[in-house]
Amino acid sequence: MNHLRRSFLAVASGASALVAAGFVKPRAAEAATWNKQGFEAKAYNDAIKGLGATNMIESKDISITAPDIAENGAVVPVAITSKIPNTRSISIVAEKNPFPLAATFDVANGAEPYASVRLKMGQTSNLRAIVKADGKYYTAAKEVKVTVGGCG
Amino acid sequence: MAEPMRIRAALQGDVADVRILMRHPMETGQRKDAKGDIVPTHFIQNVVVTHNGRTVLDAQWSQAVSRDPFLGLRVKGAKAGDTIVVTWTDNKGDKRTDEATVAAAS
Repeated sequence: MNHLRRSFLAVASGASALVAAGFVKPRAAEAATWNKQGFEAKAYNDAIKGLGATNMIESKDISITAPDIAENGAVVPVAITSKIPNTRSISIVAEKNPFPLAATFDVANGAEPYASVRLKMGQTSNLRAIVKADGKYYTAAKEVKVTVGGCG
Repeated sequence: MAEPMRIRAALQGDVADVRILMRHPMETGQRKDAKGDIVPTHFIQNVVVTHNGRTVLDAQWSQAVSRDPFLGLRVKGAKAGDTIVVTWTDNKGDKRTDEATVAAAS
């Protein structure tokens, strides 16, 4: 979450003058920096490192909703719900994808610790959810069998 | 120019169930075209969702998100008439912003 906060502060200091002067309509907030290290990692371990998720704790408070068998790997519906208090971000890793880290969702300001998205999966693999809460990382996994890979 | 998103936000109690459908090819950079040339990566990297001007979700994506991406989120403390604004940015610097109004529970 720090990066969200940091970019927010940077924007706040830089842009608030413009907003106050009425030059810029405060519509969309500045996006967090794309996690290049994590997203461009080709190995699962490097992706985890890119997330900074060391010492992950297995947790039953994370639920992963995804099909047991996905016939079409190009469209695998995935929903993650975290019941861990102070959940700040949810990441989804498809362990055997060419680039394992698929998405990170930073939640704030009343958004529930929930995200739903459709992913591509190259082959049968664990889907792993990694939740950051109070500076700690929690994780859970679910295997999804893929009949036809969706990376081609 | 990117096509508009479809955004639906419906109240369930005090929680707005927000569903967003974006139009984007989400090319992985692994696919080849008819001539056998690799289609370059082209995908949404950031999605920011605001509720009445406050950021509620800041998503970072890889090319693993499916074509014409779907995104679902839930915003607590929402009321009918609240404004939801969604902005995405892709790896080529293209952007698209659309907004929707939270609808009352039906």
